[in-house]
Amino acid sequence: MPSVAELFKTMDYGPAPESDAEARAWLARHGAKFGHFVNGAWTKAGTTFDVIDPSTNTDLAKVTQGTQKDVDAAVAAARKAFPKWSRLSAHARARHLYALARMVQKHSRLFAVIESMDNGKSIRETRDLDIPLVARHFYHHAGWAQLMSTEFAGYGPVGVVGQIIPWNFPLLMLAWKVAPALAAGNTVVLKPAEFTPLSALLFAELADEAGLPPGVLNIITGDGRTGAALVEHEDVDKIAFTGSTDVGRIIRRATAGSGKKLSLELGGKSPFIVYEDADLDGVVEGVVDAIWFNQGQVCCAGSRLLVQEGIHDRLMEKLRARMEKLRVGKPLDKAVDMGAIVAPEQLERITELVKQGQNEGAVMWQPSWSVPKTGCFYPPTLFTNVEPASTIAQVEIFGPVLVAMSFRTPEESVALANNTPFGLAASVWTENVNLALDIAPKLKAGVVWVNATNLFDAAAGFGGYRESGYGREGGREGMWEYVKRMKDEGGRVRVNGGAVKAASRVAARSSILHPSASIQDLPSVDRTAKLFIGGKQARPDSGYSRSILGPKGIRIGEVGDGNRKDLRNAVEAAHAAAKSWSRSTAHLRAQILYYIGENLDARAEEFAARLRAQTGATAAEARREVEASVSRLFSYAAWADKWDGAVHHVPIRGVALAMNEAIGVVAVVAPDESPLLGFVSTVAPLLATSNAVVVVPSEPHPLSATDLYTVFESSDVPGGAVNIVTGAKDALAKTLAEHDDVEGIWYWGSKDGKKAVEFASAGNMKRTWCHAGAIDWTAPVDEREFLRETTQVKNIWVPYGE
Amino acid sequence: MRAIRVNRSAAERRAATIPTRRTVKKEWQAAWLLKAITLMDLTTLAGDDTAGNVKRLCAKARHPLREDIVDALGARSLGVTVGAVCVYHELVATAVAALEGSGVPVAAVSTGFPAGLSPFEQRLAEIHASVKAGAKEIDIVITRGHVLTGDWQALYDEVKAFRAACGDAHLKAILATGELATLTNVARASWVAMQAGADFIKTSTGKEGTNATLPVSLVMVRQIREYEAATGFKVGYKPAGGIRTAKQSLDYLLLMKEELGDRWLQPDLFRFGASSLLTDIERQLEHFVTGRYAASHRQPMP
Repeated sequence: MPSVAELFKTMDYGPAPESDAEARAWLARHGAKFGHFVNGAWTKAGTTFDVIDPSTNTDLAKVTQGTQKDVDAAVAAARKAFPKWSRLSAHARARHLYALARMVQKHSRLFAVIESMDNGKSIRETRDLDIPLVARHFYHHAGWAQLMSTEFAGYGPVGVVGQIIPWNFPLLMLAWKVAPALAAGNTVVLKPAEFTPLSALLFAELADEAGLPPGVLNIITGDGRTGAALVEHEDVDKIAFTGSTDVGRIIRRATAGSGKKLSLELGGKSPFIVYEDADLDGVVEGVVDAIWFNQGQVCCAGSRLLVQEGIHDRLMEKLRARMEKLRVGKPLDKAVDMGAIVAPEQLERITELVKQGQNEGAVMWQPSWSVPKTGCFYPPTLFTNVEPASTIAQVEIFGPVLVAMSFRTPEESVALANNTPFGLAASVWTENVNLALDIAPKLKAGVVWVNATNLFDAAAGFGGYRESGYGREGGREGMWEYVKRMKDEGGRVRVNGGAVKAASRVAARSSILHPSASIQDLPSVDRTAKLFIGGKQARPDSGYSRSILGPKGIRIGEVGDGNRKDLRNAVEAAHAAAKSWSRSTAHLRAQILYYIGENLDARAEEFAARLRAQTGATAAEARREVEASVSRLFSYAAWADKWDGAVHHVPIRGVALAMNEAIGVVAVVAPDESPLLGFVSTVAPLLATSNAVVVVPSEPHPLSATDLYTVFESSDVPGGAVNIVTGAKDALAKTLAEHDDVEGIWYWGSKDGKKAVEFASAGNMKRTWCHAGAIDWTAPVDEREFLRETTQVKNIWVPYGE
Repeated sequence: MRAIRVNRSAAERRAATIPTRRTVKKEWQAAWLLKAITLMDLTTLAGDDTAGNVKRLCAKARHPLREDIVDALGARSLGVTVGAVCVYHELVATAVAALEGSGVPVAAVSTGFPAGLSPFEQRLAEIHASVKAGAKEIDIVITRGHVLTGDWQALYDEVKAFRAACGDAHLKAILATGELATLTNVARASWVAMQAGADFIKTSTGKEGTNATLPVSLVMVRQIREYEAATGFKVGYKPAGGIRTAKQSLDYLLLMKEELGDRWLQPDLFRFGASSLLTDIERQLEHFVTGRYAASHRQPMP
């Protein structure tokens, strides 16, 4: 050891180790071998696999590979615990969550050390970020548990929730999933990542000690096979997953049509945008927090640095100087910036991608110092001369590797930022508030940080746009993922399709006329409806028409037989319209929806007659449907300027603005029943929140929708905001569900159709809202529920202070 | 000037993690604390200062550590003294005499310290008088109003005149950051003071409501870094006021090492303005040597 006098001259850093004694003692108490934690007790260890400390590549413990039987037992335990847990008073559950928060704080250092050893992340991060945030999540959700009955009136828990979490923030991801699930009254089966199961096992043990009832939280360990068994388990009501987009896709497909609720938090390639007036020294530290936080193994890592051209070279110079000063070393050393990569496999992937980047012509730079030779270490790495076409600019590296590109104008920065299938997070750096608040809403990302990065809090939702998944974690928006509407409340009663048809048949009359054939002596003027695309009536590409039959099997009209190409055109028209429609004022949208209602009302007789002709409804029923449609248009016109976001109280000097943003281009496969009201009830809320829609109207009764063309044309609806393609419902639905430029799809129809849509949606991970079975649309609907589905929440963090 | 912008939240985040990203333990900590002593401007700036307490302070400046601790640390060869003794003009001569032969320079606060609003000619005269009395370092205060009104030319002219008056003595420009309202103002004032020839830029008089803080220091040292990059001149940094504990002094050393590099861990480029800090450092060093927690009353009083 160097002497004090020598050190006085060098002023070097020395070792600053955190003790691992307590953590090792905990492992030793379990013989370094674990079963699952199910129903409040440890199961006997089965076939095990090794858990390693990636900083030394030595074994820490053996954990059990969960089998189908194990998953069955865990789900059964959760199911058994559910009735009692879900019926506990809100206050009682709040006490349990509060106890979990306290438990985490009481054992904070043990958690921090275990996490650091298991994952390889630095003790500084586990101690200062992961574990305090874990506690914060349980405190925050103790609050939601307390307020459940008033703030989520009419809603209750979903049931048994299966949760699968990644290895990058093992305990924090557990908290993000378990806290809202338990707060809402669900019971949980959670599978931690196979690389990092230890903190979850410790949590389960300590939660049990803290009085959490047996079966409420069950932990099963294992690899992807165990996860798959959980996803496919019939008695699981919801799956929440955080991990790669590839696995998210598999889960989406596996759960399609199962009725399982699903939330996915997937990958990202998040932009970090620097404008020329930014505080560059602040930017440099922001980059450190963005990409050299947790060794870059962060789903929302700011991994694409976009720099305005004029400051590019200067910023790179500053960055390289800063990188020289980063320290990589033992995770339990209190003075390192980066610890170890989680596992040799991951290290290999990073190494290969970096090689590929160099082969593709990008310029790599790493600091002059070297990382420890044993263990999974990788140095901070900067790539310049990167083009958007480079592999490293597109794929998620999940390592400490930053790629830098330049842009010329704010417009170009947005284009580059959004030039990715992902949409998790973004960071915007400028001292100009006008610019910051202009750019933030234009970014396709669930979280935007202004002059900051990687800020997280339980009060603000976190989650993605696009292929970064759906659902939010944290805040009120996160709670919706763990509740469902209780039966017999909210007034929307499902009826089966047969009943509707039976009613229609009874109501059928012999005097049904084609509405346009009112002048009996002359042949009616042909009114074969075309399609409605881009504000124009367009002939179907197929050149075929479909006959529409009335209730007695008499042909009452014809509509175009739409096909893939018509849908392609409709989606393109919708995107073209969305550019300005998405920026229209809420007041304007309200005016247009009122106007549609007004024009529909003026033609109420005609629309009622058309309904009778199609469905055989009585005159009174038909009139009621038209009236209800006008009323619903008025409702969503009313909502247009009232679907407010929120300002979250996050623990910074600043605000997190939770904005409800339109999903974009949404496909609606409208219900067969209530051909007018079903159409209006689904399309109006989407328009109210500035989505552009492509609608496939009722397949048997499309004429009410086609009659609306002229209503839309006379109501100032911008061309392309509503597009209507008639035809074979499920075939069109499939094409729309597969379309990579459709951002959401709503479906009302058969069980098989719902399953097919959900399955196909995995292509671009579009948001789905699918329903099987008919609905009584004349009953009141929960308008907020519809509006929630029309939007996604973007949290814009704006720290302030001069 | 207007291009210099500091994002306060970003600066605060960085400042907050400097003490959490780095730490030094055991021998390293002892060495760093010894270093901190050599960087200290041991200061007394009170209305009731007399020759008596200033002489006591100077004696402490010569021998800042108990001999037994120096030996236990193996630090005798290092000849540790404080960086300077800092007093009002009236006590400069006393201090110079008391420190004769020690190599410890005397610094004088000047130019109408602490508010700096006495007649300009008097402020210049004060510098001349202190230099004549033997002060090797002059800690001037700037007119805060020039910063608050954005009159950068006036600030430049003022500091430049003080610089000229100092002659061979070093000039430390006290910005009184607690009265400059924003970090952006701190950065701009730092830049102008350096342009006008300041050898050091210093945070505070110790008399403002808020004295040295890590965020303010971060902003100032980053300007020093920019200034060196632009001109090649290395300017020194002195945080002052409120630095009372050994732990705080280590935080500042970490800041300097991280943001400016090891070169700024030497007394010609870094000083603490402090009065009670030394005793806490002595206690920590005694603890390192003996393994027992130490008491202030066992350290010779400055």
